[in-house]
Amino acid sequence: MSEAVLHDDHHDHKPTGIGRWLFSTNHKDIGTMYLVFALIMFFVGGAMSMVIRAELFQPGLQYVDPQFYNSMVTVHALVMIFGALMPAGVGLANWMIPIMIGAPDMALPRMNNMSFWILPFAFTLLLSTFFMQGGAPAGGWTMYPPLVLQLGDGFPYLVFAVHFLGISSIMGAINIIATVFNMRAPGMTFMRLPLFVWTWIITAFLLIAAMPVLAGGVTMLLTDKYFGTAFFDAAGGGDPVMFQHIFWFFGHPEVYILVLPSFGVISQIIPTFSRKPLFGYTSMVYATASIAFLSFFVWAHHMFTVGMPLAGELFFMYATMSIAVPTGVKIFNWMATMWRGSMTFETPMLFAIGVLFMFSIGGFSGLMMGITPVDFQYHDTYFIVAHFHYVIVPGIIFGIIGGIYFWLPKWTGNMYDEKLGKLHFWLSTISVNVLFFPMHFIGLAGMPRRIPDYSVQFADWNNIISIGGFAFGLSQLLLVWVVIKCVRGGEKATDQVWEGAHGLEWTLSSPPPFHSFTTPPKVTDATAHS
Amino acid sequence: MSDSNDTYFIPEPSRWPIVGTIALFVAFIGGGMVLNGYINNGQYVLGIGVAAIIYLFYGWFKDVIDESIAGKYNEQVDISFRWGMAWFIFSEVMFFAAFFGALFYTRVLSIPWLGLEENVSNQFLWPDFQAVWPLLTTPDMTIAGVESKYMAIKEVIPAWGLPAWNTAILLASGATVTFAHWALKKGNRAALCWWLAATVLLGFIFVYLQATEYGHAYHELDLTMKSGVYGSTFFMLTGFHGFHVTMGATMLAVILIRSMKGHFSDHNHFAFEAVAWYWHFVDVVWLGLFVFVYWI
Repeated sequence: MSEAVLHDDHHDHKPTGIGRWLFSTNHKDIGTMYLVFALIMFFVGGAMSMVIRAELFQPGLQYVDPQFYNSMVTVHALVMIFGALMPAGVGLANWMIPIMIGAPDMALPRMNNMSFWILPFAFTLLLSTFFMQGGAPAGGWTMYPPLVLQLGDGFPYLVFAVHFLGISSIMGAINIIATVFNMRAPGMTFMRLPLFVWTWIITAFLLIAAMPVLAGGVTMLLTDKYFGTAFFDAAGGGDPVMFQHIFWFFGHPEVYILVLPSFGVISQIIPTFSRKPLFGYTSMVYATASIAFLSFFVWAHHMFTVGMPLAGELFFMYATMSIAVPTGVKIFNWMATMWRGSMTFETPMLFAIGVLFMFSIGGFSGLMMGITPVDFQYHDTYFIVAHFHYVIVPGIIFGIIGGIYFWLPKWTGNMYDEKLGKLHFWLSTISVNVLFFPMHFIGLAGMPRRIPDYSVQFADWNNIISIGGFAFGLSQLLLVWVVIKCVRGGEKATDQVWEGAHGLEWTLSSPPPFHSFTTPPKVTDATAHS
Repeated sequence: MSDSNDTYFIPEPSRWPIVGTIALFVAFIGGGMVLNGYINNGQYVLGIGVAAIIYLFYGWFKDVIDESIAGKYNEQVDISFRWGMAWFIFSEVMFFAAFFGALFYTRVLSIPWLGLEENVSNQFLWPDFQAVWPLLTTPDMTIAGVESKYMAIKEVIPAWGLPAWNTAILLASGATVTFAHWALKKGNRAALCWWLAATVLLGFIFVYLQATEYGHAYHELDLTMKSGVYGSTFFMLTGFHGFHVTMGATMLAVILIRSMKGHFSDHNHFAFEAVAWYWHFVDVVWLGLFVFVYWI
């Protein structure tokens, strides 16, 4: 097997055929595969949420039996988190990090390929459980024992899928760390890194620290079911609550694994369309690192009602509140960046501002639930469903979609259709609020989550929520159309694409050469992020 | 090895990642079949998967070794490998942290809670339960006796017998691998091979003694995976550690063979160092095991 040691000459030879994708060692091709896979899984998971909303359109049982409904809830979450959000974030990282730091590719390109190709195989394992005796996982994505142990033949495949995805995430994270630490162009010091790169290094550290803990936790589930161990069985001296601690020790950092890349994206978009450098770059870096660090000390706020000593409840309440401080710093900095900026509102900027507004709604409801005594009312109601969907959909997915619109001209060399992009934004924004905002009301009124039926007084709001859900789902088809249209042609994009864009990725041609930087560019303050 | 940072090394497209993915996929399918009771067919699928994984490691590393020997790697590649290995080891640390966490949680929190008199589980389910460590009698046994789904432990393995010898063996192997490293840096090939051989031998002796200990635990002490949470944590921690020692010793054996073939130079031997790091990592994990599982 030969290899290419790259010199100054720009040989842009691409491998051809299916082998280009199967055997790829190219960060852009792998990034594209990640993004396409994420988009497909977004619609797979989305289809499941459509089933959920159809069932909840009216009270009573309509379309699916409760077991299948529970499978829909469970697998929707697993597909969206591990199949759509994380791969989309990694896809953006793959595409952008090497060209933002002036590198030819990722540091470990073969491993990069493996961390992508694991995903379709892992989801084949997971989704195959629908066709097995006992059906797909139905105990919630959190996999709490003893309920999850009642799953039939699908159980080992649930556990192995989680292991498989964990291997993929850890390899991806190691690659990002090696790339950023080792492949930066001369002059690209750490405090000159674009903020998207910063958020991704920190995310990578979170992945490496959190994913193995999840792997350990599900391994204990596996041995409890098949090898007679008693980790989560009080009769054997174990404790089912222990699984919740282990799970959320992974689960809370996971929340930031999902959201930090989105924060990174909007930290690129907002300065570009405000035509001002990012306000408080240094504080942004430290705030991101603080959020990540604190995320390891707040896990039990997911389990306030499980029965913990008072000292534990208080500790986790105050620790949770403290995350609001660095998060507030970030929100403030984004607003201060826009302050007196020469702003324009192209689609990426609209999505970024959408994140700012609607992530804050999710952030505030998070603060409410962080308060232990009131969480006793909110716990396991639609209020929490409203909270984390506000964080995930307009907070994370909008950030990723904003990033797609922002960099699509760079990737394809063509401008996307601005009118359709704006239409996509407004349809999404209106429908997402119709979808999720009323969930606060029915949650506070006491509607429990993960139940296929509900009391009739919740019928009106559920009706409206379902309509919002269908509208949001249909609106996303517009994104597919915009992307396909842009790939097929359109107004040619310039190298800089956006008037206010700064950074190395905008110095390359649109689309960039197959091997991004074949010689390291020299980075100075003038060509760095600001 | 080139010191120039003006050129980059990018590997050509490789079939190993997809081979590795499919190998793992097949192994997972087979493992699931075995666990679900389709043992006859499942064991073959699992066997094919595991064989494919071994083939993957052989093939992928062969490519990397060939590239390295051909001098295609510059210093930057070397540093990327170092970052990669270091953070891989850190991920392994976190994997063990989950099991150590489970051990500490049960010992410090959940078992004392089960023994509290005011606790409802104590009042209504298991009034005779005694919260002690090592937990020889699980709550279930206080009611069900020999009918319990868990097996009462006769006694646990004392720290200052075989485990202490194992500690000495692993610590000694940490020293011998360092001597091998010094010999490599001095260019003393014979000493390198002998010290490495000693390390591999110590590693496999450790594994052999662990296997003996497991036999003793299963056949004489009734200490099994089905012995409640003591057996669970004991076998999960020592089992995964033993697996890691086996992997580490196998990796060392590969390094030994490569050393005998004349691979590595006094300044270019990252594969050796990576395996040595890994070996020190399993050593440190063992010290944690010795203290918290066996001793206190």
